Amino acid sequence: MSGRYELRFSGAGGQGLILAGVIMAEAAAIYDGKQAVQSQSYGPEARGGASKSEVIISDGPVDYPKATVVDALLALTQEACDKYSHDLKEGGVLLVDSDLVKRLPQGNFKTVSFPIINTAKNEVGREIVANIVALGAMVALTGVVTKESAEKAVLSRVPEAFIELNKKAFQTGYDKALAASK
Amino acid sequence: MAKKVAFMQGNEAAAQGALYAGCTFFGGYPITPSTEVAEVMSIELPKINGKFIQMEDEIGAMASIIGASLTGAKVLTSTSGPGLSLKQELIGYACIAETPCVIINVMRGGPSTGMPTGPSQSDVMCAKWGTHGDHAAICLVPASVQELFEETVRAFNLAEKYRMPVMIMPDEIIAHMRERIVFPEPGELEVINRTAPSVPPEQYKPYDTKFGDVPPLAAFGSGYRFHVTGLNKAEDGFPTTKAALVQAEEERQVRKVDANIDDIVTFEEYMLADAEVVIVAFGSTSRSARFAVNEARKAGIKAGMFRIKTFWPFPDKQIKALAGKVKAFITPEMNLGMCTGEVKRCAEGKVPVVGIFRVDGEPINPGQILDKIKEVK
Repeated sequence: MSGRYELRFSGAGGQGLILAGVIMAEAAAIYDGKQAVQSQSYGPEARGGASKSEVIISDGPVDYPKATVVDALLALTQEACDKYSHDLKEGGVLLVDSDLVKRLPQGNFKTVSFPIINTAKNEVGREIVANIVALGAMVALTGVVTKESAEKAVLSRVPEAFIELNKKAFQTGYDKALAASK
Repeated sequence: MAKKVAFMQGNEAAAQGALYAGCTFFGGYPITPSTEVAEVMSIELPKINGKFIQMEDEIGAMASIIGASLTGAKVLTSTSGPGLSLKQELIGYACIAETPCVIINVMRGGPSTGMPTGPSQSDVMCAKWGTHGDHAAICLVPASVQELFEETVRAFNLAEKYRMPVMIMPDEIIAHMRERIVFPEPGELEVINRTAPSVPPEQYKPYDTKFGDVPPLAAFGSGYRFHVTGLNKAEDGFPTTKAALVQAEEERQVRKVDANIDDIVTFEEYMLADAEVVIVAFGSTSRSARFAVNEARKAGIKAGMFRIKTFWPFPDKQIKALAGKVKAFITPEMNLGMCTGEVKRCAEGKVPVVGIFRVDGEPINPGQILDKIKEVK
């Protein structure tokens, strides 16, 4: 299991968490030259319902594509936090939206919280980029991919007209997470 | 020139594999978790002057690819469990009319509507026994995004070579996961095209065994005319009830695959040289098994894996040989014992076959397999 870093992005269907996971994996696999696998699990609903996207990053081949013990977990809803925090590793990282997740799991891990969705809405300007705010925060907290690679991966997924918006979302999430974890 | 590399989803890779193989017609009806195959084909086929058609249902979709194949096109449809059930009548038609076609069935929970977004491996029996009557079956079960691309190319090759439907059955995990893929250059992978008739139209018979067990198939629109039916047929394609002809025709259709098993069956042997406990696994479950084997080896247990890449025809010969050498088989699968039953048949009572079954929409994790290895060693 050494050399295997496991991330889980969770929340409600429609929050863009699968995309956040895909971008994280692309940052590792395409720009950082590591191996990565991204998988997802979601309900039959088009919107709502607990949804998760998992990313395994490794220096060697990734066999089992799902999480075994999670190194870093993002939870954007209380339901997702309740459902998906059971296998968070001792010493791992938990990032939650402080407005939406009030009951935190007990355990020996580092919990960081700030109002992720509210930040997207009011500071960046569009709620729709909450997933990129969260991604910036996860990159800052885990260090599992370089900031440069993650930014490149974000921008390669975004249409021209929205590049500045997403850059801002990524940087804001990155800075807020560092400030909140002090 | 550096090879083209992408970070891609399994379903997208399957569609790219089909295009690499020369597929020019897709007829389908969207269904989770296979829809991305159709999406990519709908974008890419018009660019190469191919045809994409979304039919009124899965039965129509299956009929459309049979018709298109008879015009000489390489054809594809994709679906999932409930759609596969609907296609079965026409899959039988493709078998008896000996029409090359490729069917991608992404396995989700079943029966019926089951669990649309949950992974499963419970359609593998449907690949062989879904349509009625004696018939040959080929079913491939890839375990990575790269392999899904390559096995899709191979599925087209087998369909064309043996003039029959070929199925690819990735489970939902393989179909939806994303990983790195290195695209083969054109010409790097073998691409097989069906044999065209060597006789003029007036002498052509669509099932003329003078040319072997796989008679050449003419394309409609190329000047050749022939009769196509779901009834047992004679060499000229017209229905017959003559006992000797029907018997010979049925046996030939099954023999096409039975006599060529070594050409069709593929598998991977992982750490089998000194293995005492052997996991027999396929699809995403084999990735959990590999993880578990590695962990078991670290703990000094002689574990190995036989990975099935071709589920039908089943690798009887290989499993029978292993049964004479090992202490136990473990068969993890996301169903209630389909592969396990086949392994037991091949093991012929020589060694225990211990299944691990899951049908709750969750994958079998490496820990479950490792626990079982420790239990049976």
